[in-house]
Amino acid sequence: MNVGIVIVSHSPLVAEGTADMVRQMVGDEVPLAWCGGNPEGGLGTSVGAIMEAIDKAWSEAGVAILVDLGGAETNSEMAVELIGEPRSARIVICNAPIVEGAVMAATEASGGASLKDVVATAHELSPA
Amino acid sequence: MGETMTAIDLKRLIEALAETIAAHADELTALDQAIGDGDHGTNMKRGFDAVLADADALAAKPLPDALKAAGTKLVMTVGGASGPLFGTFFMALGKDIPPHPTAAELAAAFARAVDAVAARGKSEAGQKTMLDVLYPVRDALLDGKPAAEIAAVADAAAAATVPLKATRGRASFLGDRSIGHMDPGARSTALLVRTVAENLGAQA
Repeated sequence: MNVGIVIVSHSPLVAEGTADMVRQMVGDEVPLAWCGGNPEGGLGTSVGAIMEAIDKAWSEAGVAILVDLGGAETNSEMAVELIGEPRSARIVICNAPIVEGAVMAATEASGGASLKDVVATAHELSPA
Repeated sequence: MGETMTAIDLKRLIEALAETIAAHADELTALDQAIGDGDHGTNMKRGFDAVLADADALAAKPLPDALKAAGTKLVMTVGGASGPLFGTFFMALGKDIPPHPTAAELAAAFARAVDAVAARGKSEAGQKTMLDVLYPVRDALLDGKPAAEIAAVADAAAAATVPLKATRGRASFLGDRSIGHMDPGARSTALLVRTVAENLGAQA
């Protein structure tokens, strides 16, 4: 089973558009889910929605999460912690630009790469 | 160890905190518009309104469980980084506090909760964040300062974020332009500390 990809943006439009670009590249070969917006639907992120997206894109090979700005990262970290062991050990939040990171990570995942390799591909987009 | 504090009227405290946040929501949003994404007031109000809606159920729980549940509620409802940050604070406080704490036990649990916030935010003192209020308040609590003084420490600490340059959070994107504005998270933290101090002071 291929690594799953979760896209978390402050904007549902950005998240959905990014997911569309991923689908165009990899079709249905990669478990994919997105979420965007705060619990009222405004710009922001929702821990509950992130947890649902992780469930939806869940793969025994693991899940790579792509985020946009700070709150998306902090809320994703919280979601992973609430999901807890053992699944949390197979979820990684990538340090990469959300659109490029999602497309690159999904492309890597579609070839059957491990979570470690998928995440490394995304991280190459953000030179330290 | 001192004597156990007077039993806390949790429902009254929750109502007071939600009222404070609601009364200052516009101000917090205005502060956030200056150096952030302008949603701190509405986000905090959404979170504390959700906690208020559960006030009766929360007040029926032992203190540690009530704090953990309130923290989880904030995490799930705030909708910005403040959710996990304030939520982690209350969850960590609930994890470490006895059901009937002494002042010293409260201070010790508070200190560990502040550490949990710093870890959650990957932040430290001096970055123009809520931690710049939480650390001085922690020190005042550990020193055994009275409630009125702790509220004053929090207000002064929030004011002291004005000249700081933000190096963490959305405000850090502004670089030097973040200087001259009070940090919204520092302000909301000071408001919450003052409300708790005044409320517990009146209940004691």
